[in-house]
Amino acid sequence: MVDSANKKDRADKPVLSAQGVQARFCLSYGQSTKSSFGLDIDIDIPGQGITAIFGESGSGKTSLLRCIAGLEKHVSGSLRVNGIVWQNTSVFVPTHKRSLGYVFQEASLFEHLTTMGNLRYAIKRCKQTVNPELFNQVVSVMGIESILAQFPQQLSGGERQRVAIARALLSQPKLLLMDEPLASLDTARKLEILPYLERLRSSFNIPILYVSHAIDEIVRLADHTVIMRKGKVIAQGGITELFSRADLPLGVNNEVGAILECKVVQRDKQWHLMRVAFDGGELWLPNVENKQSHSLNNTQRNKQRNTQRIRVLASDVSLTLKPHTDSSILNVLSGQIAEINNDKDPAMSLVRLKVGESYLLARLTHKSLQNLALKVGKNVWIQIKSAAIVR
Amino acid sequence: MSLSDGDMATIWLTLRLATTVTVLLLIFATPLAWWLARTTSWFKGPLSAIVALPLVLPPTVLGFYLLLAMGPNGVIGHFTQALGLGTLPFTFWGLVVASMVYSMPFVVQPIQNAIEAIGNRPLEAAATLGAGPIDRFFTVVLPLAKPGFMTATILGFAHTVGEFGIVLMIGGSIPGETRVVSVQIYDHVEALEYAQAHSLSGIMIVFSFLVLLMLYTFQRKRKAVGMTYGR
Repeated sequence: MVDSANKKDRADKPVLSAQGVQARFCLSYGQSTKSSFGLDIDIDIPGQGITAIFGESGSGKTSLLRCIAGLEKHVSGSLRVNGIVWQNTSVFVPTHKRSLGYVFQEASLFEHLTTMGNLRYAIKRCKQTVNPELFNQVVSVMGIESILAQFPQQLSGGERQRVAIARALLSQPKLLLMDEPLASLDTARKLEILPYLERLRSSFNIPILYVSHAIDEIVRLADHTVIMRKGKVIAQGGITELFSRADLPLGVNNEVGAILECKVVQRDKQWHLMRVAFDGGELWLPNVENKQSHSLNNTQRNKQRNTQRIRVLASDVSLTLKPHTDSSILNVLSGQIAEINNDKDPAMSLVRLKVGESYLLARLTHKSLQNLALKVGKNVWIQIKSAAIVR
Repeated sequence: MSLSDGDMATIWLTLRLATTVTVLLLIFATPLAWWLARTTSWFKGPLSAIVALPLVLPPTVLGFYLLLAMGPNGVIGHFTQALGLGTLPFTFWGLVVASMVYSMPFVVQPIQNAIEAIGNRPLEAAATLGAGPIDRFFTVVLPLAKPGFMTATILGFAHTVGEFGIVLMIGGSIPGETRVVSVQIYDHVEALEYAQAHSLSGIMIVFSFLVLLMLYTFQRKRKAVGMTYGR
């Protein structure tokens, strides 16, 4: 129990950064070993941007969110949001007095109220007054102008979820909690809502905790990531940093891939390509104009057009010892092997590559490793077959 | 159809009794139904069984024990006497208390079902939007459980109008005080006044039919939560 004593010391110390969320929870369900589930968590979440809480189902993501919202009773722990104590050994602020917004997996609208009624429910109980400007902004960002008079039963799943997000925003929370808001929707509806969630980040300056087990949502939305497994946090940090680590269970085999934040430096009209630069090199990619840009103002549009988040799957990366000029592969970078890990598949290994200040992952067979005599520290040429623009 | 002044008095008394009992039951049964719907306590089972007892017990059994409890040496009797109210048997308020016990399950169960059907989620959503417990009850639970409350009101009222055995045990047949329609019909039949018995019985049948018709039309129109009771 030395560990928990240390944690206690830490929680009692004054926190230097007043912003963000400092949370420490400990709870266990069920006495029998058969059904027991516990949560043992100590995290520090930044006060801005989207922090994804990632893990398999049953890893305690939702429980963590419910603890932060105060919906889970009989939980010991401490919680501080933007310097305000929501919970410690002597304080437990009830949910309705916490300045938070919560978007549940199912929209959970009040069925007896219209869309407008649902929004008014939040506005009426908000501590600050909601000025019409904010109301209009929320309604237009979520695209629900035309359904204000309708009842929840009349709305599609995607519309309901957008109303739920708008309702949470109108309570002007200091912290927005989202529990797999897309999980109950089919792929088409997911793709419908994702752009709204992206706009959420650019339009409202609220820290968001976003629970998900879908890698594609996280790589698209998150700035920071907390990875959970069996009720414990196994890693937390910036998204590019975490996703280029070779030792984390980030998705099943073919989903592992590094993330690069890139700037567009050239658009080639002739070949429909664009050249993007990241911290360590440049890549050619198919040219893509952002479809959502019409709804953004000029600065946002420029920013979106010139920065791209790119995901390079480990299975799309191969290594050579000499640069090949007779290959169809367009993107060849020079780098160094930083780490070699075993994959879940006994034939495969996961190789972490340092390219300038960035990292890439490559999924190779053990046989190839031996054939090329690849070892940590060796300089190699990295061939990237394809890269996906995720944001 | 001829109704004597006595018959009219029994009708008014019955309506007064049923209204009083229904209003009081809604006030007392709602917190009970709320607790039963949301608790995880071991006591839920036993308490549910106690609430449901009047459904299966003969009214004479209930009437007998209530008579003893409300009598001068009973628990309720001691209490009412200490308050200077005398004893309750053979008074209007004695009938009210007995009817409340007897009609309790018809009011508690529809409300309980409706609250259970709402579940936790709307309440949690309301809490995250800043609504306190009382606010949540009036703005979320009441509107969403409205069909359940309607059913409870209709069934509680109708069941009180239709009771006989327990009234006879607790109230006897004191005109203007405890002589309700069902007892009056019994008295008419005993006295071989079949014509009067027919009039009152006919009214009871029409009334009961209309009440049930209202209930089922309402249920069909709003296929809502907590409305399946009494089917």
